[in-house]
Parts: sequence; structure tokens; C-alpha cells
Amino acid sequence: MFKESGGTSGSPAGRQGARLDVRGGRAVHELSICRSVADIVARHAAGRPVTRVHLRVGALRQVVPDTLVYCWELAHADAAGAEVLAGSVLVVESVPAGVRCRRCGVHSELAVPILRCAACGTTDVVLVSGEEFLVTSFEVATDAVEA
Amino acid sequence: MGRFHPHANSQPHANSQPHANSQPHQNGQPHDHPHKDGHARPPGSVGDHSGYRTGAERVEVLERILGENERVARANRAAFDAAGVTVVNLMSAPGAGKTTLLAETLRRLAPHRRIGVIEGDIETSLDADRLDGFGASIALVNTGNGFGGECHLDAPMIASALPRLPLAELDLIIIENVGNLVCPAEFAVGEDRRAMVFAVTEGEEKPLKYPVMFRSADLVLVNKTDLLPHLDFDTEAFRRNLDAVNPGVDVLAVSARTGEGVNAWCDWLADPLGAPGAAPARR
Ligand SMILES: Nc1nc2c(ncn2[C@@H]2O[C@H](COP(=O)(O)OP(=O)(O)OP(=O)(O)O)[C@@H](O)[C@H]2O)c(=O)[nH]1
Ligand SMILES: [Mg+2]
Ligand SMILES: [Zn+2]
Repeated sequence: MFKESGGTSGSPAGRQGARLDVRGGRAVHELSICRSVADIVARHAAGRPVTRVHLRVGALRQVVPDTLVYCWELAHADAAGAEVLAGSVLVVESVPAGVRCRRCGVHSELAVPILRCAACGTTDVVLVSGEEFLVTSFEVATDAVEA
Repeated sequence: MGRFHPHANSQPHANSQPHANSQPHQNGQPHDHPHKDGHARPPGSVGDHSGYRTGAERVEVLERILGENERVARANRAAFDAAGVTVVNLMSAPGAGKTTLLAETLRRLAPHRRIGVIEGDIETSLDADRLDGFGASIALVNTGNGFGGECHLDAPMIASALPRLPLAELDLIIIENVGNLVCPAEFAVGEDRRAMVFAVTEGEEKPLKYPVMFRSADLVLVNKTDLLPHLDFDTEAFRRNLDAVNPGVDVLAVSARTGEGVNAWCDWLADPLGAPGAAPARR
């Protein structure tokens, strides 16, 4: 049900994103979002080394998951206090937009950002998902155990 | 120190670890309770890396990504409320006509009302200079310092501009956001209302391509209507596309060039409650 994008900046997924011009405007938005994520995770990590960070992003957010993944390392590389994030990976869980119809009660998942009931066609709907924008969890490494 | 499988990270994962519920906890409180769980290996890692077992511990966070910006936006809003000033965040794509419209707005309103303008601009003071001489208080915020230039104004930038405005003396502050159809919509700054300038030269499909900003607007100003005779802009298709993402939103046709509709916009600014079809004011 959920799509995920993951990868470090140096990984193939990251290189894919290298076409993006981070300084040219478009990706800067994702960059400042990554900085907010880095602040939140570094605060919770309290010195423990972080390996993976999980985000939940609704489809109605104008945020490109691959761009977030690409910006992740840039966002925390120079940030004070974010050393615990070195080498960590961002994993983005995308949540589809969904509406519930006020007329017929049907729940529809939206493929396009048009708020309309798939069953009866009315626009008299309540948005029930798609605006999520959360850091859900992260993983910290604990001491390796010899097998 | 734990070891992390070096190749486990590079694949987009088709097999997500389902995080059961897609909603944040009802009480909205961030919490932090680490627990050892089954995530000893990241999803997507394959093979038996004998010799090591990576220990991993998952820490639940559930915190809003833009929570800090929202906190500062609420503080800005409290400062605006305390000063009794109404704040409008004006957003658009680059070149839709925000500054031209603002100049026409100040020409009409500044003689009667005490107006402040916060100008968001990546590098220059060009727009702020164009608004000089109308008797309004102008505070410029260059977003260009920092990493390569921010493409939007955020709440801390607005907070930094407030000491440069005589807040207690103002009735109205208009914020000209950075020209950008994507980013500004994500960042609340403490405004009471959002108005968006859309130029007819941009094409009627834009609400579907940039739904976040069109959805977030309380009023859409359709600008450059003086150019309509030269374009094949389909006004009704635009309205349909706009209604698809923001049903029933207020729309005003204006031309900052000829002045058409600018008085109606000034009325909306003066009294959003009195404007036709306006949503209830939040205070
Ligand atoms: N024909 C016509 N041109 C307009 C109108 N409004 C603005 N313009 C022109 O559009 C161009 C851009 O206008 P600005 O007011 O600088 O637009 P802006 O939204 O402030 O641009 P940025 O701040 O750079 O994003 C200028 O050449 C204006 O003269 C209008 O109603 N009709
Ligand atoms: Mg301008
Ligand atoms: Zn229905």
C-alpha cells in the first residue's frame, strides 16, 4: 500500500537525484524540510548513532520523496549537533490522499489531487488522509554482537 | 558501535514495513519510547552477513516535521493579535504581478490606513524599492543567506522582520512571499489569510499541477486580465480546475496594469467579512 523511497546521497537512488539543482530553487524546499527533520531526530537521538529515519508524507504535500532522500545528507552534513546522523538513511512512507463522501459515505483514494467521490462524483467530501507530514521513528545502532 | 549493512540502503523498498496506523496518536503528543524490536535488519537487506549481527533499536517519534515553524508562526500570530494588526500572506509564481498589485494597493489604501509590507526576496531590494514613497512601512527579508537561498519565507524570517515594523501603529501587514508556486504554501508564517496571485498567462491547468498552494488560498486573484484578448485562456476551465482542488474559493479578476478589480481587492483587504462570499474571518 505504501510506496517507499530510500537511499543515502551517495547511493544509486541519490545519484538519480543529482540531476536536481539543489541551489536552483526547486530542491531548496526539500532541503529546509530535511533540516527540520535533522533537528528533530538529533534532539531525540541524544547522542546515539542513527541508522535510519522514517518519515510519513501525505500525497497532498508538495514534497518529492526522492528529493528528500537526495537532500538528506546535505541537510545534516554541516549541521551542528547532527553528527549522530552521519551515514543515516531517510525512508519516506507515502500516504495516498483519501476522501470520505458526505453524500454516499464511500471512501475513495485519489490518484489526482481532485477532491471528489469516486462513487457518486460529488465534491462534497471530507479529506481523511494525504496531508500527513511526520517524523514517525528512527533506528539507532546498538553494539554489534559477534554471532 | 553497531555496523550497518553497507548495501542495504541503496534500494527503494517495495516491501515496506507497514507502520500499522497511518494516523498520528490522537493526543498529538510527541513521545519517545525506545523499544527493542524485530528491526535488527533494515527492511530490504538480504543475505546472511555472518560474523555480525547488527543491533538496532527503534525510537518512536511522531513529531510534525514543520512543528518548529508552526510554533514560531503561532508566536508571530500572537504578536499580530496583540498589536491588533491583520496579516495577509500574498503568494504566487515568479512574475505573476504581486509587486505591481501591491503598488496599486498602496496607492489606494496607504492614504487611509496604516500599512506595513514585508518583502521576501531572494537577493535584491528591487521589489521593496518599487514600494517606496507610498507612505507604507517596508521591511525587506532577503532569503538568500544560508544554503543557496530559500525559496520561501518561513515563520522565523517573519519574526526577524517584526522589530523593523512599527507593529502597534499598523492596521494591516501584507507579506509579499518569494515568487514560487511550490514552497511558500508549506510554511505558515502567522498570517490571518492567504491570497494568491495567478496570472492568466500561466495557463488554466495550474491548479491541478500545484494544488497545495491553490488549496491553501483564501482568495485567488486572477491577474493580467488586460491580456485576455491576446490569449486563449479558458476562464471557465480555470475555475473548474480551481474548484477541483479548492471548492468554492473566492476569486477576483484583476489587472494591476489597468486597475480593474483592484478596488474590490482593497475592499477584501479592508474587510474580508464584508467581501462577497468571503469565508468567516478568524477573529
Ligand atoms: N499586462 C500586465 N502586466 C502585468 C500586470 N501585473 C504585472 N504585470 C507585469 O508582470 C511583470 C512581473 O510583475 P511583478 O509585479 O514584478 O511580479 P511579482 O509577482 O512581484 O514577481 P516576483 O516578485 O519576481 O515573483 C512586470 O513586467 C509587470 O509589469 C497586469 O495586470 N497586466
Ligand atoms: Mg515581486
Ligand atoms: Zn459519494
